[in-house]
Amino acid sequence: MSPSRLEHPFGQLIDRDTPVTFEFEGETVQGYAGDNVASALIGEGRWLMSRSFKYHRPRGPLSLAGHDANTLIQTPTAANRLAEDLMAKDQGTLSGQNYLGSLKFDYYSLLDRLGRFLPVGFYYRAFFKPRGMWRFWENVIRNAAGLGVANLEATPRYTDKQYLFCDVAVIGAGPAGLNAALTAATGGAEVLLVDEQELLGGALTYHRFTLEDDSRAQTLKALSNAVANHDKIRVLTGATCNAWFSDHYLPVFQGDRLYKVRAKTCVLATGSSEQPVVFRNNDLPGIVLCSGLERLMMHHGVCPEGPAVILAGNDDAYLTAITAAEAGLSIAGVVDLRSEPDDLALPAALSELGITLYQSATVYEAHSDKSGAQLGAVTIYPIESEGKVGVTPTHLECRLLAMSAGFMPAYQLACHGGAKLAYHDDKSEFTLTELPEGMHLAGSVNSTHDLKAVCADGRNAGRGALRALALETDNDETVQCERHVNHPWPIFKHPKGREFVDFDEDLQIKDIINSARLGYRDIQLVKRYSTVGMGPSQGRHSALTTARLIADATERTVTETGVTTARPPVKPESLGVLAGRRFHPIKKTPMDQRHLALGAHMIPAGSWRRPAFYGALDHRAANIAAEAHAVRNGVGMIDVSTLGGIELRGPDAAEFMNRIYTYGFLKQPVGKTRYAALANEQGVIIDDGVAARLAEDHFYVTATTTGVDRVYSEMLRWNAQWRLDLDIAQVTSAYSAVNVAGPFSRDVLEQAGCNIELSSESFPYLACREGMVAGIPARLMRVGFVGELGFELHVPSLMAQTLWDKLMVAGEPFNIKPFGVETQRLLRLEKGHIIIGQDTDGMSHPGEVGLAWAINRKKAFFVGRRSVDILMSQPLKRQLVGFTLSPSAPKPEEGHLVLRDGDIVGTVTSCEYSPTLAKVIGLAYVHPDDAQPDSEVTIRTADGVCVQAPIATLPFYDPGNARQQL
Amino acid sequence: MKIMQCPLNGPRNISEFVYGGQVEPMPDPQQCSDKDWASYVFYDNNAIGIVREWWQHAPSSYWFIAERHNASDDILRTYDPGELFSERVDFTTGENEP
Repeated sequence: MSPSRLEHPFGQLIDRDTPVTFEFEGETVQGYAGDNVASALIGEGRWLMSRSFKYHRPRGPLSLAGHDANTLIQTPTAANRLAEDLMAKDQGTLSGQNYLGSLKFDYYSLLDRLGRFLPVGFYYRAFFKPRGMWRFWENVIRNAAGLGVANLEATPRYTDKQYLFCDVAVIGAGPAGLNAALTAATGGAEVLLVDEQELLGGALTYHRFTLEDDSRAQTLKALSNAVANHDKIRVLTGATCNAWFSDHYLPVFQGDRLYKVRAKTCVLATGSSEQPVVFRNNDLPGIVLCSGLERLMMHHGVCPEGPAVILAGNDDAYLTAITAAEAGLSIAGVVDLRSEPDDLALPAALSELGITLYQSATVYEAHSDKSGAQLGAVTIYPIESEGKVGVTPTHLECRLLAMSAGFMPAYQLACHGGAKLAYHDDKSEFTLTELPEGMHLAGSVNSTHDLKAVCADGRNAGRGALRALALETDNDETVQCERHVNHPWPIFKHPKGREFVDFDEDLQIKDIINSARLGYRDIQLVKRYSTVGMGPSQGRHSALTTARLIADATERTVTETGVTTARPPVKPESLGVLAGRRFHPIKKTPMDQRHLALGAHMIPAGSWRRPAFYGALDHRAANIAAEAHAVRNGVGMIDVSTLGGIELRGPDAAEFMNRIYTYGFLKQPVGKTRYAALANEQGVIIDDGVAARLAEDHFYVTATTTGVDRVYSEMLRWNAQWRLDLDIAQVTSAYSAVNVAGPFSRDVLEQAGCNIELSSESFPYLACREGMVAGIPARLMRVGFVGELGFELHVPSLMAQTLWDKLMVAGEPFNIKPFGVETQRLLRLEKGHIIIGQDTDGMSHPGEVGLAWAINRKKAFFVGRRSVDILMSQPLKRQLVGFTLSPSAPKPEEGHLVLRDGDIVGTVTSCEYSPTLAKVIGLAYVHPDDAQPDSEVTIRTADGVCVQAPIATLPFYDPGNARQQL
Repeated sequence: MKIMQCPLNGPRNISEFVYGGQVEPMPDPQQCSDKDWASYVFYDNNAIGIVREWWQHAPSSYWFIAERHNASDDILRTYDPGELFSERVDFTTGENEP
């Protein structure tokens, strides 16, 4: 049978025609569509939802708004979800968490009896002696004080992000937010209105602001209709704005989507958090905030089992009592902390409903029923003075207690923007000051509580936003609000303790006061020592009480004491939503499909992907050896499109090259290439490439795949200062390139058809030419990176795949073999060519890595010149050299250490087995005294095995460089 | 996220920009002492106040100069480097090619 609910106008959120069920702790729970898990559970009379963090005390909802940690439950796919945030209709099987046994019978709850032996800081102080014991205790404690369990088998959900832009972001759609949004939109601004609840209206949807409650329903209807129909207002409900970042950048979480909102100005109408009264056992399930009870009734039509006691620190709690009584809840009494309410009509209204009123009194202690897990009765005492009670108790049986000690502005977003909180003793209230530019407050976050004042305050905030946008608006209304909503000291220390200040962290009054006694006077230190405010509710219900307690204990004002820094996020957020879509963009060369068709093993190279080699990964060595053999003995082709390309044109192109690169370029002949090494201002070599002079005023220079962006960027910055007459353009993606290398490379180009004379005499080593290859316009360079006769062909990217295909066909008679980047690395290592970034590090100057020849010390200037001069005038500290090892010796890997008399003097930077040379070859930094070819160095390989490696003369292969010059 | 005013592209998210260090005049690399050169290369004057910095709008590779208060992080002004570097710079050139 479906559970019974209150009639309309109660239960605005539920659909009474659509019952839903789910499992909680092995039992079936019934509710209605529109219920959340918490409201459905309470609808069936179940208040127990969790066990507390430290003492494993039974807990039930406090705020019914998802603002406390008392409703953390476990779903099949996620831990630590708030029951209010989970819709009952979407659930399957749920359970409690953080217990040993079951939620109802938690063996860990014995910890509660030991509580007085577990003061704050106990864990830190008690378990570290004797030394080493922490390792044992840590496991025990972590098992007992944990939260839910992550499901590592869960399938990841689809999560994504969207960017939104608006003139005004209004956070909070209560009466203030609705008015602000309407005023701003009517004034011509594009408005985004965000609220974490599904219903627009905030407190208007559940709280009666006056005794008569005559105009609330109409106000709500008029405002929400106007907002919903306004074409300049976009509404996001069920959405949480979790932070305020500079210049009104707002992350808004809605389900599995993160909106990144950029607003020009914003209105915070975030409302306020109702505050609990602090008394013994104030955490028993069945004790809620007044707003929580109102939400249950008005939103979900749930009338919890009575009798109920209302504990009032303000007039609003009287109104809650009246609403509840009208709904049929039996009220055992209203207990007012004050001597009388501000509105003197209220006591009469209570007595008309037959409700007993206790004035100048408090609930001093709550008692559980027989189950031990729900409220059964309360003891009421008269209040004698601040926090002190008299001697005559009154005992009241009750199943429910709703309380309101006042309100704390929802200050988090404002404080993210640098706003400050100041305490007003006359109203016992914190207010926000020093707002950042363009931020406006409205409603109860701005300390206005009367409905008329709240609405006017909202309109004023809308006007403020319009002014910030330089749009026209009328004058501000006068906002008057004399209501006192905060009781100055709703804190009642009990000799037996268990008066909870922070429910998340199980902190009682004495824990806070003891922190101050131990010397942590600063509120920030109190937080760090006691962990107050660190839980999921982030101090919403504890910051005000903590500030008051510490102010009292340290004899300072509450303003001086303050609250801890509010930092994002406001509510817990899921890492999956932050990560967004699994999206890894990658650049592909025009030949990418050809590589895949040839079975290439692709690896990332910067933002590109490239073939490492062709063929299966488990035959890596054999595949590389075969490719290397083809280049050394036949012909190979490698896709080098990822190489960076930069064009420099203009009368000052040569002058600019001469300043940027270390070598001389002024007199570089047209049609020749030169090695171009680049130093930074610290004199460290950071990139290299080949510079081709295509015309007097035109250079085409390559850079490393990962370095080209930086090279290009630095070029632009230098010329922003030098003002030389040239254009600099990055053409990396515009040109693609292949390197055809090997003794038959010339034959392949001739076979493909080439209008350039390719003979060694007319196109010698290091020359460059422009012409047509296989009908495609190409820039050709004779380069020697792999140490064979070879031609690098740079062609427009659109034609690169055609070029590849034609060369593969032309190369067929010569058994042309494509080779990958790992093979290329082996081939260049055989030639002793260094790779910047692999064989160099952030300290490598030209003298250390054998590039002194590439430095022109005679020219007036190049970038890093003075630093290079200084570094090279000092004795070398290390030197990059080649070494060899027998194939049977343990093979060093990149990064292995070079030792000298037991001290580290360098590292191995490259090391491969060379099939051509039939030995292991490598490059390593060694002590300069060991750099000569007759020396040996000690290399510490895997597992600490040391090998003695003889130093070799570079290059390892073809020392006379005859082959590349063929 | 902060917004920065790019002189070329207008207001953009700060994540589109790359910081390029303080604008510091280069001492004469031929004449200055090692100490002055090291100071130019390695040291930044880290006093509180308004600093002049290089920033680049990464998607367009455009370099410009920003004046920023390094305590409040307020960006006071951004402008094209041509405002600061209006003249062609030359180094005493020895035309000695190998």
